[in-house]
Amino acid sequence: MLKIGVPSKGRLMEKTFDWFGARGVTMRQTGAEREYSGAVDGVEGVELVLLSAGEIPRELAAGRIHLGVTGSDLVRDKLADWDMQVAELAKLGFGHADLILAVPSVWIDVDTLDDLDAAAAAFRARHGFRLRIATKYHRLVREFLTANGVADYQLVDSQGATEGTVKNLTAEAVADITSTGETLRANHLKILSDSVIHRSQATLFAARAADWSQAGAGLAALCEKLGLTPPAL
Amino acid sequence: MTKPAIRAEAERLFAAFQAAGAVAVEADLLLPAETLLDLYGEDIRARAYVTSDPLQGEMMLRPDFTVPVVQAHMAHGADPARYCYMGEVFRKQAHLGNRASEYLQVGFEVFDRSAPEAADAEVFALFSGMLAGLGLRAVTGDIGILMAAVRGLDTTARRKAALLRHIWRPKRFRALLDRFAGREALPAARAGLLARLAQGSPEDLIAQAGGFVGLRGADEIAARAQALIEDAEAAPIKAPEAALLYDLLGLQAPARAALAHLRGITPMLPAILPAVDRFETRLEALAARGIAVEGLAFEASLGRTSMEYYDGFVFSFHGPNAEPPIASGGRYDALTAVLGQGRSIPAVGGIIRPHLVAALRGAM
Repeated sequence: MLKIGVPSKGRLMEKTFDWFGARGVTMRQTGAEREYSGAVDGVEGVELVLLSAGEIPRELAAGRIHLGVTGSDLVRDKLADWDMQVAELAKLGFGHADLILAVPSVWIDVDTLDDLDAAAAAFRARHGFRLRIATKYHRLVREFLTANGVADYQLVDSQGATEGTVKNLTAEAVADITSTGETLRANHLKILSDSVIHRSQATLFAARAADWSQAGAGLAALCEKLGLTPPAL
Repeated sequence: MTKPAIRAEAERLFAAFQAAGAVAVEADLLLPAETLLDLYGEDIRARAYVTSDPLQGEMMLRPDFTVPVVQAHMAHGADPARYCYMGEVFRKQAHLGNRASEYLQVGFEVFDRSAPEAADAEVFALFSGMLAGLGLRAVTGDIGILMAAVRGLDTTARRKAALLRHIWRPKRFRALLDRFAGREALPAARAGLLARLAQGSPEDLIAQAGGFVGLRGADEIAARAQALIEDAEAAPIKAPEAALLYDLLGLQAPARAALAHLRGITPMLPAILPAVDRFETRLEALAARGIAVEGLAFEASLGRTSMEYYDGFVFSFHGPNAEPPIASGGRYDALTAVLGQGRSIPAVGGIIRPHLVAALRGAM
């Protein structure tokens, strides 16, 4: 049996069901409306597993599911050497969001990472601590800042309402996902011009660590239905 | 390689350090994360295991011995002092592979104000002797020469400070140097920013930019805006001077030849004279200790990418294929000032990785 993990609620689940439905694979919740169990029609040998989108990267890495739909940002942030652990099967064309860095709009002297680095050095000298960047994407943001030679900053964890941390004086800058930039503007923040860390979208991944011995037929049938080339795993 | 074999090798190295006059010291396995983060920056989070203590807050599993040994010395050390240590260090490996995330290190550190070059030579000669017969390739360098060259540049204090701050980030250093030397055109984003800053006083521009949020004050923003305008008006570093710095960054030669080369460029870059003199003094001290300095490899940029804040002599010993060096070390005078809260002492030392030594011996 091939297990496919799909986000268990919200627009991400609906859009995922739509995407598969448009290709002749019907996914549906079974049981009561709020019950997390599902079924797949239109292809043999595939079992639906409803999971939190944030847990799907971990389940893929552990090989407990064969396939999974989740944001490419989550996979890149949560999995070390993500492309060694999972294979990208298809970009699904929804759930678009950019992971970016933003600073207060009144920082008229800061437009790029180069400026952020210089501001961080001066900030640390003045305030005695490293400039705080609030985010929940620790790995992606840290690797990006390291690659671009930014120093004298610290990441502070923020699992929600990240744009508000600057006004609340718990951070000087934020690294968060945005699609329209509206929330950033409403919180008096602007995006650094060279700071797109990752352009995320919902993506179908295959787990390299999963046991494929009993799932190969399901994968072949599903790939044929979806018009995809089966991945080299 | 079995654990007992590695431990036996570590014990042998540890005994040799003690025989050379070092006092054995212990260091905690759990270190306060804040000290290490302030020193190494956020990058250390990718390398060290962080855990939390309900009372002490964030703690790190010892990623190296430098910080605890320097702190212990600054708190209650003799002067001068020689220390050695042996124990596990822990390094997260961000990539799949077989690099160890837990391994033994054996190290030796000298805190001595009297003759820094003699101490450099003492440490290198000791390591060289202990690792003799393993067929290792030794490489040396001196970050002090590069720092002296930057300090001596005919440019603004701000540009020199920016270069010195990024001396351990070679890629960023190079990008800054390219810009300050006029080799790289002003990026469009910076040109746009300068054009906007020209449209009014910083105070007016800040007022127009919207609601004020954040801890970074209007005065700080205005000060940097002013600094940007001044920097745009500053002349580029002159081409011949910049060329000497580029030449220095890439200098790789046997030590004697490197010294001759540096002597050759010193008249054009007089600020490096004291550092070059120290280099020569060190070579003589090494030769006096029996090191064949004629063939000793010298690389001016060695030690700039390791996560240690070396600011003078640096060295490493490399095996036939092992990626991390078998042993490495260097001088870190500035680090003792950072950790010493106002006090400082010249310091030089290094570590050996016994699991790599044991593997080499096993293969022989």
